Amino acid sequence: MVSVVYEAPNSIDEAVRLLKESEIPARVLAGGTDLIIQNNSTEDQSRLIVDVKKIDGMLEAKFSKDGLELGPSMCCAELTARGDIKQIFPGLVEAAYLIGSTQVQGRASIGGNLCNASPAADTIPSLIANKAVCIISGSDGERNIAVEDFVTGVGTNCLRVGELVKLIKVPMPSERSSDAYLRFIPRTEMDIAVAGAAVSLALDDDDVCVSARVAIGAVAPTALLVESAAACLIGTKLDVVALKNAARAASESSSPISDRRGTAEYRRHIVGVLVKRAAKIAMQRAQGEKV
Amino acid sequence: MTKAHVTTSVNGDPYEFLCEPGETLLTVLRDDLQLTGTKEGCGSGDCGACSVMLNGRLVCSCLVLGVEAEGADVQTVEGIGNKDSLHVIQEKFLEHAALQCGICTPGLIVSVKALLEENPNPTEEEARYYLAGNLCRCTGYDKIIRAVLDAAQTMKEESAI
Repeated sequence: MVSVVYEAPNSIDEAVRLLKESEIPARVLAGGTDLIIQNNSTEDQSRLIVDVKKIDGMLEAKFSKDGLELGPSMCCAELTARGDIKQIFPGLVEAAYLIGSTQVQGRASIGGNLCNASPAADTIPSLIANKAVCIISGSDGERNIAVEDFVTGVGTNCLRVGELVKLIKVPMPSERSSDAYLRFIPRTEMDIAVAGAAVSLALDDDDVCVSARVAIGAVAPTALLVESAAACLIGTKLDVVALKNAARAASESSSPISDRRGTAEYRRHIVGVLVKRAAKIAMQRAQGEKV
Repeated sequence: MTKAHVTTSVNGDPYEFLCEPGETLLTVLRDDLQLTGTKEGCGSGDCGACSVMLNGRLVCSCLVLGVEAEGADVQTVEGIGNKDSLHVIQEKFLEHAALQCGICTPGLIVSVKALLEENPNPTEEEARYYLAGNLCRCTGYDKIIRAVLDAAQTMKEESAI
């Protein structure tokens, strides 16, 4: 087992300094549901673990006039219990609710799900669909990066040495808009996405879709923003043809692998079906229905 | 390797211990504090046998570092009922024969208590979803769910008195 040095700084500056100056490989600890398992299997001889949960704001979420300011280490159980967040971003909350078990949700965080960068991460498509932006702190100050640009490959992200995600900002959606996330797994619980799809959209007073974002997960090395699928929805009332076109666009954008959870062919098909269904749910929610 | 000094509270009692910074809370509870009610199943957060409450949240203690218990409030199965007076949930597990080998039982008792505190009147479906992270390879779950729903009913009646 790896030999661990543990630090729990109280400030972002201190965390940045620890990560930057460490002579051994350094990792950020939020909920630990990925990291602590990786500790048991890493080839690192020693590791610095920087627990960021004592830093102000890391475990909090609040709405400002611009939208949701989400502390990246807030656990999923706390997020899913927040009625104010669920009301505005039901899709993001349902993605958090699908991660692991009750126990895992008691620790796992959105920021951790994002930084761990699994292709099948449930919250990443929802964050992308909702135009979420990561605020990254480092020794040179702060930089902002859209979630769709944050993950760079399977298990890799754009953080440089000494950087960490300080905040996730999700812009406030306009009137008559909502989101939804669906994933497919062969069981009902405790599994990893075979495919996932998130849709966020806005309607005008005649129920015509005026803006949309579609993101898909588990069907490529990273979650993908599929603008071609969104374009099929915009300007329509999500009729059968529009939904079919969006599904086809999503399937065509995917580049899945075959593994024991499903074949590439199956994943390519099912991700289109999920886009179609998630778009319908998002539309019903935008119309004020409780679904 | 320098050991970390941790001050914490387990089942309301103050505890101090020394641990390796990479050690899990599960290892600390079992090996250092001799609280062996909490079981190790998978060690990877999949089975729920090591479920404890950490600051009021149900977690797998195999996915928590011992050092993270600093200043925390930990509740384990040892804090639920005792030999002379079992908790209603424990009584109902016995009554419904909701255990066979018993390895999953302490984790389930902790999880069921958390469930009934959050939702005193769960439907069968709600109970099954909430407890999906507690695996049992013996009972087939049916008896466990019967015990849970009976415990909920009994606790409701008792609190009405």
